[in-house]
Amino acid sequence: MTALNTPPLKTMELLRFSTAGSVDDGKSTLIGRLLYDAKSIFEDTLDAIARTTMKKGQEGLNLALLTDGLQAEREQGITIDVAYRYFATPRRKFIIADTPGHEQYTRNMVTGASTSDLAIILVDARKGPLIQSRRHAYLSSLLGIRHLVIAVNKMDTANYSDKRFKEIQHDFEPFLKRLGIPHLYFIPMSALHGDMVVERGENLDWYKGPTLLDLLETVPVSLSTAHLPARLPVQLVCRPQTPELPDFRGYMGRIESGTLKTGEAVTILPSGQRSRIRNLYLGEKELSEAIAPQSIQVTLEDEIDISRGDMIVSSQDSLPKTVRKFEAKVCWLSETPLDLRRKYLLKHANRTVKAIVESLDYLVDINSLEQKPALTVEVNDIAHIHLKVLQPVMAEPYHENRKLGAFILIDESSNMTVAGGMIEKA
Amino acid sequence: MTFNRLTHLEALESEAIHIMREVAAECRNPVLLFSGGKDSIVMLRLAEKAFLPGRIPFPLLHIDTEHNFPEVIKFRDKLANKLKVKLIVRSVQDSIDAGRIIEKPNQSRNTLQTTTLLDAIEEFGFDTCFGGARRDEEKARAKERIFSFRDEFGQWDPRNQRPELWDLYNTRVHPGEHMRVFPISNWTELDVWQYIHNEQLEVPALYYAHEREVIERNGSLLPVSHLVRPKPGELTQRITVRFRTVGDMSCTCPVISEAENANEIILETAMTRITERGATRMDDKTSDASMELRKKEGYF
Repeated sequence: MTALNTPPLKTMELLRFSTAGSVDDGKSTLIGRLLYDAKSIFEDTLDAIARTTMKKGQEGLNLALLTDGLQAEREQGITIDVAYRYFATPRRKFIIADTPGHEQYTRNMVTGASTSDLAIILVDARKGPLIQSRRHAYLSSLLGIRHLVIAVNKMDTANYSDKRFKEIQHDFEPFLKRLGIPHLYFIPMSALHGDMVVERGENLDWYKGPTLLDLLETVPVSLSTAHLPARLPVQLVCRPQTPELPDFRGYMGRIESGTLKTGEAVTILPSGQRSRIRNLYLGEKELSEAIAPQSIQVTLEDEIDISRGDMIVSSQDSLPKTVRKFEAKVCWLSETPLDLRRKYLLKHANRTVKAIVESLDYLVDINSLEQKPALTVEVNDIAHIHLKVLQPVMAEPYHENRKLGAFILIDESSNMTVAGGMIEKA
Repeated sequence: MTFNRLTHLEALESEAIHIMREVAAECRNPVLLFSGGKDSIVMLRLAEKAFLPGRIPFPLLHIDTEHNFPEVIKFRDKLANKLKVKLIVRSVQDSIDAGRIIEKPNQSRNTLQTTTLLDAIEEFGFDTCFGGARRDEEKARAKERIFSFRDEFGQWDPRNQRPELWDLYNTRVHPGEHMRVFPISNWTELDVWQYIHNEQLEVPALYYAHEREVIERNGSLLPVSHLVRPKPGELTQRITVRFRTVGDMSCTCPVISEAENANEIILETAMTRITERGATRMDDKTSDASMELRKKEGYF
């Protein structure tokens, strides 16, 4: 019994992906199908769904009900907030961020996409790509997603037509290529009948590519940032000052990119001081090497004054820039519009500093991608701005390093998170 | 050039440690809610690993229903002692005796914990409570943030949650408000058991297969104890069972199982077709929205 299941589980990787689409695209049905066919739905959940399906006067098993969590959502038949779902196959464990499609929930979509490696956008085979499909694709590219799957769903309502699928691909591809997303995939499917989701089914023989699950199991986990320069933002300093450990000084944090080794030459930012890594710890265990995104602790050869928000980086790699001014795109999340006269708190890589928006350059029309002039930024707007921070931050462009390029803005008096930002030029 | 990758469990561990350190760095007065159950045992191990060689920088708080399995309470005290962490216990019975809660006959005490919990948060002025809740447990939890804001009445507003982008957590609260923080939000029951297995963590013996006297009521097995006596017509039987959750003894149901260690539970869990809460908590069956309603009022 022992050896049977444990080895594959142990070596499993984690893939996070998001799904976006409107109520009518069959997004909830697709997720329900994925979980159902991957045998990740439990019996009592199915019972509850069968009861609710019947109560609503519908027939069979409404798989869409699996993903609607809140009472308010069930009453209105819509998705308001991001819901997280989990399933695993013998090859991978998956976290789905299921996001609402409607324009008024752009901020929820951005939230779901911010931690994803891959995004699935649903397109109804009868309707083809809609304005909102373009919006979802744009937001996915903005958030740095490298794998975009266009799930051409409801193929059963288009006679499983090869021609219709190619039409949609032909129609949508030029726009997607303009966004510069490195990996694009088009998959025809019927979530309702289960074709090309987990099983190939019998209706789409002309399609020779992978099923959706095949793809999810094999795309590289691109959030892995191990190949980038080594960056360790210091989260917490450990100084036990006990009789046994009077002088211990450990720097705790998560390696956001790259690899750190014992003995490696490092530079501390923003001070620019240099030292070498003496020890690397994970809990009580000593490591010779640690990789992103491990949460570890390091000790250094030299006694240097380092505090939370400083950054330990490999001296061999190019250093991130230490800046007080930078350009960024922000997604405005708050019902209260941007106030250009106010100071906000900016949180970036364990540093929280005061920030002022120096200039509001333009808004992006997320349907046409055109730039439009504006005097303010309102909820769900995407804006290009110039920011000035009162203490320096160690920044890199978001498209080069997602972890060092992302920040949030906080309203100091209400404590609300008012914007998510991506550094464009530091 | 190839690079090593983390396994899913290493990635989840790293995320949880990052969250715990963030609280230690930014919050004024955190506490870890600890019941002696498997999720809180995993939480305590993560906290240990996060802060070694230092001590865990926050106390533990247990909201004791006094309907707990005695072996779980014994285990709780032993573990807190071993790790040299301060354990605060506040009792639902005390809240009942003080007239803060009115207990209805045959009611599960799981829901009654809310008042005692909110009173304790106020008594000690905690601004952050770590909880071991997981999003795979229940659909209201599936929508909850990792850093989940509570207003001055301790309430959760599911329609107005703070956006949570990347892992840049906004930990700020005004006096009287607090945060519930769930470092193992993204873990499943299977992940928890794999971690217990990998880290060789001790858990209370009732998680493993043992013989116990049970009765069958409303389609579930119930353990016979001073709180649960067979009603006329109900037969008691001794069978081999284990518990998947440990809560109020009067409504926590065991499942039939032969699994004697973590590895065997992993195999069983990987194959099981019934969700954790559905199998073991009678109080979660009452309404489609029962957890959502409880959470809104300030439950864990």
